[in-house]
Amino acid sequence: MNAAYLQLQYIYQICNDCVILIAVPRNYDPVLHPFEVPREYTRALNATKLERVFAKPFLSSLDGHRDGVNCMAKHPKSLSTVLSGACDGEVKIWNLTKRQCIRTLQAHEGFVRGMCARFCGTSFFTVGDDKTVKQWKMESPEYGEEEEPIHTILGKTVYTGIDHHWKEAVFATCGHQVDIWDEQRTSPMCSLTWGFDSISSVKFNPIETYLLGSCASDRNIVLYDMRQSTPLKKVILKMRTNTLCWNPMEAFIFTAANEDYNLYTFDMRFLASPVMVHMDHVSAVLDVDYSPTGKEFVSASFDKSIRIFPVDKGHSREIYYTKRMQHVITVKWTSDNKYVLCGSDEMNIRLWKANASEKLGVLAPREKAAMNYNQKLKEKFQYHPQIKRIARHRHLPKSIFCQVKEQRIMKEARRRKLQNQHENLQ
Amino acid sequence: SHLKLVGRQEELAAARAARLDLLLPEEPGFLEADPGEDTCTVSQGDIAAAVDIASAAKHFELRLEQFGPYRLDYTRPGRHLLLGGRRGHVAALDWQTKTLMCEINVMETVTDVAWLHAETMFAVAQRRWLYVYDNQGVELNCLKRFPGVLRMQFLPYHFLLATASETGFLQYLDVSVGKEVAATCTRGGRLAVMAQNPANAVVHLGHSNGTVTLWSPNVKEPLVRMLCHRGAIRALAVDRSGTYMATAGLDRKLQLFDLRTYRPLHALVLPQGAAHLDFSQRGLLAAACADVVQVRPSPSLPRKPYLCHRLPLPAHGLRFCPYEDVLGAGHGAGFTSLLVPGAGEANFDALENNPYRSRKQRQEWEVKALLEKIPAELITLDPTCLDRVDTASMEQKRQEKIQRLGFDPHAKAKFRPRRKAKGGSSAGSLLRRKRKVAHEEQRRQQQQQQQRQHRAAP
Repeated sequence: MNAAYLQLQYIYQICNDCVILIAVPRNYDPVLHPFEVPREYTRALNATKLERVFAKPFLSSLDGHRDGVNCMAKHPKSLSTVLSGACDGEVKIWNLTKRQCIRTLQAHEGFVRGMCARFCGTSFFTVGDDKTVKQWKMESPEYGEEEEPIHTILGKTVYTGIDHHWKEAVFATCGHQVDIWDEQRTSPMCSLTWGFDSISSVKFNPIETYLLGSCASDRNIVLYDMRQSTPLKKVILKMRTNTLCWNPMEAFIFTAANEDYNLYTFDMRFLASPVMVHMDHVSAVLDVDYSPTGKEFVSASFDKSIRIFPVDKGHSREIYYTKRMQHVITVKWTSDNKYVLCGSDEMNIRLWKANASEKLGVLAPREKAAMNYNQKLKEKFQYHPQIKRIARHRHLPKSIFCQVKEQRIMKEARRRKLQNQHENLQ
Repeated sequence: SHLKLVGRQEELAAARAARLDLLLPEEPGFLEADPGEDTCTVSQGDIAAAVDIASAAKHFELRLEQFGPYRLDYTRPGRHLLLGGRRGHVAALDWQTKTLMCEINVMETVTDVAWLHAETMFAVAQRRWLYVYDNQGVELNCLKRFPGVLRMQFLPYHFLLATASETGFLQYLDVSVGKEVAATCTRGGRLAVMAQNPANAVVHLGHSNGTVTLWSPNVKEPLVRMLCHRGAIRALAVDRSGTYMATAGLDRKLQLFDLRTYRPLHALVLPQGAAHLDFSQRGLLAAACADVVQVRPSPSLPRKPYLCHRLPLPAHGLRFCPYEDVLGAGHGAGFTSLLVPGAGEANFDALENNPYRSRKQRQEWEVKALLEKIPAELITLDPTCLDRVDTASMEQKRQEKIQRLGFDPHAKAKFRPRRKAKGGSSAGSLLRRKRKVAHEEQRRQQQQQQQRQHRAAP
């Protein structure tokens, strides 16, 4: 009786006279918990292996375009809407939760070269090969109404890119030169140019909103201040930059996607040398987009893959590819930091998870606690060789694998030549 | 820096965990003698009469005179007891409720018995080979690669059964996978004395030349070799925290060693010499000298023992029960369970070892323990070495860099004097200019040395 009662208090706990819980008395004396470090190491190893087991990032493919997807734009107010423009002039608006196209409109004859959404989310702009800039309403037309742009601007030259100011009713187009337009006017407020070649893309800075950056065909990146009438600064690289993207958290950092298979992160105050060179792609990098946290970015490349890079590291942490995905032209990171969208030239837009092994949906508190614990363990032991090996391992498709090997051999050869030159000089 | 921040966080966490000691429900037992009396004169009958009925029931004796001297083992939560008699009698029971789980006779000499990770399986070292049985007495495995086993120790966090044989082989068996992990020829003769260090899973073996050797499954040589006694070692025990080791030898001495420095701390001369030693969870050391069991507090080891008891016949096995104030002694006439107030840890941690666990809880614990099984390659003298920062020496790093780059980026380039006009570039003037910078390095080093001496001198 006495023994039985004593045992009971170690087995059950009665809360509020009605709920019976299993008692779990704890004693945190470290002598009772030997092998703390090896056990944590084993748990970290298991967590790393399970992360690789659950890494299934591909969510779905948005089907419907009849030609390659050329550009994409995010809706600034709605997480479930994305706009895409194709090479046959069609613009489609997609609902990501239903994974369906909700609206299609024939925007241009020829390529849709660029598109951007207005900061309020009520309208969006497109530019095309037919030398026009068109502004459209974000809402679908009523029954009986036709798809008509709110506003059309006819230009004299082909426009290759467009970006809207983050706060004011101003947008910028690029083509022959960078034009800054007021929404109400039909001719640009000012035209900025430095050099004689065409400009392929223009981007407004989200934090210092009067700053712009553009990439030109003569291998340079030019920075402009909207308040002045002349460009600010210029940096010339070895090969042409395709696009650039400003860091949404650090006002002066931008990343440029270059044709020489690398991405360069610059600090606009010290353009003499890049802050970081990101090397992992095996073909020209076509597009780059930052995550809303400003800590990582995703890049799309001609080598049929997209890679996610941390801002402070020189190599990618993740590569996404599919047999069906061909040259990826455009990529976007959604504003809730969870998904990555990529549009390729085989007419599909693919939706991927930004963290490949993340469990989506609502997590129970125990699940969240277990996830946080595993994350912390992985961080603690990330430099141990066995764990590093497993965490880093990614299976590459044969084409990329062979290219990586070949380029490594070429780099080694260049390094050896430099070494020999250095040795023989002394 | 990040390391300093992490270090501070760990200190804070340790302090917070220590504060939770206030919430512990139980307190350890004790036996205090009146002034003028000694605790060693108190008998088991007196203690049983003074405590409550539940605790008094923990003192009992099993008269098993037929099947030879008994070896014993308790499970890690302390709930189940395994008895193995020399003439083949093996019994597994829940000793608190006295329910028998199984009782078999294996028809062979039994040299040692040991529980495996839970109360579902146990290993019996029989005369020829090692056998593994279910708790119902069903033979599960006969391991022919383990002949002539004399002593066994189960390493719970590695799921390894370490066995010492009469031919001098130390073998490790992984019971979760069923593979032999390592077999070392110790070249120390017949291995009849064995203990494990619970803090770092290192196996201690006592030899007939008075040395104690420490073994890890990854190394073919002993990690440490200590000369402890002037005769053969008779008994070995290591305390729970891995700081003290008690050894008893043929020279009738009982020595206590500090395992961090491998130096002797205390020595005690016992008139009859101890044949078996065991440490309790709270640091009491039990020594069986012929048929007398003496319990002393460690590390002070006073001459007068804390408790004394005379067994009917000399002891063959001595084990403290975890989380209970009970000492089990196996002897020629069976098994005796002795009450030792203050021996066991009063507060258990339910997530490590829960003596009151249900079958469901045991199954969950078993799965988690198997997932966290530490690989045998991590058994070292210092279990925290994985946590340390690996500081490769500066020299090693420099060598690696030179190898990678092909040249030394920090090496000073050779001095090449500039070309001067009007005879400034003649051989003599070049030599003069070179001589000016010739011994710069040595001059710099001497200057530094002088500065250091100057700073050190006053």
